[in-house]
Amino acid sequence: MRTAAAALDLVRPKSVEQALRAMADDPSLVPIAGCTDVFVGLNAGTFPGTRFLDLWPLEELREIGIRNGAIAIGALATHAMIQESAAVTSRIPILAAACREIGGIQIQNRGTLGGNVANGSPAGDTLPVLAVADAVVVLRSASGERRVPFNAFFTGYRTTVRRPDELIVAFELPPIVDVQWFRKVGTRAAQAISKVVMAVVGGERPRIAVGSVGPTVIRCTKTEAAIAGGATFDEASHILEAEVQPIDDIRSTASYRRRVCGNLLRRFGADTGR
Amino acid sequence: MPAVGTNVPRKDSTEKVTGTARYVDDLVFPGMLHARTIRSTIPRGRIRDVRLSFDRAGFTIIDHRDVTGRNVVALIEDDQPLLAEREIRHVAEPILLLAHEDLDTLRRARVDIDYEPLEPLFDPTRSTQLLKDLRIVKGDVEQALAGAEVVVEGEYRTGHQEQLYIEPNGVIAVPENGGVTVHGSLQCPFYVHKALRIALGLPDDRIRVVQTETGGGFGGKEEYPSVIAAHAALLALKAKRPVKLIYDRLEDMLATTKRHPSIVRHRTGVTRDGRLVAMDIEVLMDGGAYVTLSPVVLSRGAIHAAGPYRCDHVRIEARAVGTNTPPNGAFRGFGAPQTQFAVEVQMERIAEALSMDPARLRELNALRPGDTTATGQRVEADCSALQVLQQAVERSDFHGKRERYAGTNRGIGLSLFFHGAGFTGSGEVKLASRAALCTTERGVRILVGSAEIGQGTRTMHAQIVADSLGIPYEDVETGLPDTSNVPDSGPTVASRTCMVVGGILQRCASDLRERIGDMHPREHFTKHGATVVTKEYEPPHGIAWDDDTYRGDAYATYAWACDVAEVEMDPDTYEIRPIHFTAVQDIGKAIHPVLVAGQIEGGTAQGIGYALIEEVVMREGAMANAQMTNYLVPTTLDTPTMDVVIVETPSHHGPFGAKGVGEMPIDGPAPAIVNAIRHLGLDIRQIPATPERIAEAACVSA
Ligand SMILES: Cc1cc2nc3c(=O)[nH]c(=O)nc-3n(C[C@H](O)[C@H](O)[C@H](O)COP(=O)(O)OP(=O)(O)OC[C@H]3O[C@@H](n4cnc5c(N)ncnc54)[C@H](O)[C@@H]3O)c2cc1C
Repeated sequence: MRTAAAALDLVRPKSVEQALRAMADDPSLVPIAGCTDVFVGLNAGTFPGTRFLDLWPLEELREIGIRNGAIAIGALATHAMIQESAAVTSRIPILAAACREIGGIQIQNRGTLGGNVANGSPAGDTLPVLAVADAVVVLRSASGERRVPFNAFFTGYRTTVRRPDELIVAFELPPIVDVQWFRKVGTRAAQAISKVVMAVVGGERPRIAVGSVGPTVIRCTKTEAAIAGGATFDEASHILEAEVQPIDDIRSTASYRRRVCGNLLRRFGADTGR
Repeated sequence: MPAVGTNVPRKDSTEKVTGTARYVDDLVFPGMLHARTIRSTIPRGRIRDVRLSFDRAGFTIIDHRDVTGRNVVALIEDDQPLLAEREIRHVAEPILLLAHEDLDTLRRARVDIDYEPLEPLFDPTRSTQLLKDLRIVKGDVEQALAGAEVVVEGEYRTGHQEQLYIEPNGVIAVPENGGVTVHGSLQCPFYVHKALRIALGLPDDRIRVVQTETGGGFGGKEEYPSVIAAHAALLALKAKRPVKLIYDRLEDMLATTKRHPSIVRHRTGVTRDGRLVAMDIEVLMDGGAYVTLSPVVLSRGAIHAAGPYRCDHVRIEARAVGTNTPPNGAFRGFGAPQTQFAVEVQMERIAEALSMDPARLRELNALRPGDTTATGQRVEADCSALQVLQQAVERSDFHGKRERYAGTNRGIGLSLFFHGAGFTGSGEVKLASRAALCTTERGVRILVGSAEIGQGTRTMHAQIVADSLGIPYEDVETGLPDTSNVPDSGPTVASRTCMVVGGILQRCASDLRERIGDMHPREHFTKHGATVVTKEYEPPHGIAWDDDTYRGDAYATYAWACDVAEVEMDPDTYEIRPIHFTAVQDIGKAIHPVLVAGQIEGGTAQGIGYALIEEVVMREGAMANAQMTNYLVPTTLDTPTMDVVIVETPSHHGPFGAKGVGEMPIDGPAPAIVNAIRHLGLDIRQIPATPERIAEAACVSA
């Protein structure tokens, strides 16, 4: 590890309340859940923070249950727990599918949904699913709780509306009646960061979201509107290719990503008989 | 019971499986310091000023002025400095070395360097810095081309490839006995020994190199350990304390050698019925900033550039040139994967141009015993190119599948290839390797400089010695080479450790058997004390090579193989998934069939990575994806089922008929896969054939 370990501090709260109070008192505290993203930065010696708040023992943030008809997933639920949850696999199987494609088993046992979202990487594999699920992010601080639509959570590349004194405590996902579809495209069959990751919920007015093709995950509202307005999937694919904003980077090219987005939407159309 | 040909337990298995094997980073010496290398951040320029912005208490600091011997990495040419003086030729060039007992303090130390930047050159086609050129001429190519019924031309490109051994480079230097001992993860203890002698200016007997258990090499620990060992040794001698220098993955990928990128052009004349009449080949390799091993990589690449084919008129012009990237170096296959990729895709395009079955084209032209190669070498009875081809075609149902897959998203392709065992040309004669056996209270001990790097050296050598002496395998002792007590058996490279070093050991064994009569060596030891037999390499009879003209017997012998790749393309994402692989490989004799199959499977997987996903992204002369997050190698899910067939046509050059198996398996997968992609109707001539490149080709052909 390139970061000097001796210079790091770790605070271990006993309850969510204690954690929130600590965050209110010390805005430099970085919450860590599974630490799978944070550790990569520490190992490379590029992570700026030195004071950490360990959320891992906070069992109450790990619950998955049904609340007011919505499925509520605690921020600390791991990708492995999500795949095993009957509530998830019966109501929103594409979330389980996304979690199954995150890293390997070790990462899935440790990495959390809250961490995947709070980390804010546009390549986070659960993000397009939460976007098409019209999820709600539940944020809590010492001074109270607020609910933010997932689609208003990100404000730019790795920036969110979360205040430094707030924790993500849960996600609420309303029921989905229409067909669900998910596809991750990485450089190899497993253990790869997405080059394109797409989730779709069908219906008269479908919901489409794509990751790794812009500074944040993108809800493709123009494409959605075009389909709602009667466009064919082939026509909609062209609109989607224009709507996403990919770049050339070390993993892929903008033109490849655009083309694959279009193809995947056509595939969704074909798979779901449209 | 004979050991050769059976799957005896590996000599190193218990320690490795139980985790008790000690790798260099597991070792701790009293008073040991940790070291760090300060490197250039620009690809070309001059150093103006170096400022140390930290408290120097407890630090040992070294720059080029502290080099006690010559400031060079002693290899083929002495052009590479151990520590840059003024001129910078690539990103990550070592400038300064720091050591301190506390790792965190060491890491925090800030060094600022001012440069006068110069315009770097990254395009090898524009380079005027010639590192090596050579020419192989057989017959009259121009005339034959002029008379050919059909001429096919093509250009083929291959990228860098990172060895990605699981254990990064690392050493510990310990000052002792008026000199220094270096313990390290390495393939060639005596290369390191020589480099240290020149860098430190110490006599031979003051330098000792001990290999530690090594977590893979693939060529990446052939020449590079000379650099890191000299760095640690300079620090240790100045500090008068042991110094540990271990690279993390990022530094290892950024600073150490990779496979040479290549551009190969072919102009081939053929008759309408598919006989090769002329092969005109130009090979260009990008050597990076210093010569390192480029001349010999180029040489092996050029000798294999015409493939395992008979052709009377061949001209191969090969050049390695300099660019401002970190030097490229040894990597499994050593130039042959690049040039055999080119010739095998060219063969496919010839078949396409003639509307001919690709297997038939190869069958017509494959070398048979008695034919001559491009260098004029007459191949012997162990030349089995035709047999491996026919067997692979049959086993894979090549023709049936070629028909069934046509027009689907599946494709099937093949490659026919060969690999010379041992050093090129007069290399083995110049090396004059030695190996020894010593009787012990258990039986006999093998004394060689050959390194176990995961491939099974110790086990395979012990099998050869056991059967040659007629004693149980368990009675043969092996160990880690230590230059102070083993003879120099040459480097552990070039698919030579079985055929060449194993051959010397076999001679040691028969000599020892003569000396001790019918006795078990243990019994002889008890009665007479230790007996040591040392033997030197003896050049095989009737082998002649001319370094100046590149004519003659380039290798004592060759191994032969044919790969068949079946792939499937995802029409939405353009990903190519290998679905099945057939590898028929004739290596003379499988001393240990499981280890041999492991080499073939592993080399094939590494070749699949080379073909499809392993892409070194270079930006401004530096590897931009120098982490395992973004430089990806195949996982088991990316690796297809493999039908590995070991063919054993014995060669009289190796022990029990064995040739080499370490490298050949990586020569074939890339062209077989690209030819399978061509079967899908996509014109690919470059690797890695990433989905991005496939998408472009699909766009053109649509
Ligand atoms: C080898 C490897 C493979 C990976 N593969 C994938 C992959 O395929 N797909 C993918 O999407 N990701 C992948 N990741 C990234 C990572 O594992 C996931 O993003 C994971 O979900 C992060 O969760 P965590 O709990 O470990 O986050 P942490 O590392 O603990 O935290 C990440 C960030 O979120 C913040 N944070 C965490 N929890 C909260 C909270 N409750 N409230 C507020 N802020 C919080 C932290 O402060 C930090 O900034 C991989 C990582 C590794 C090391």
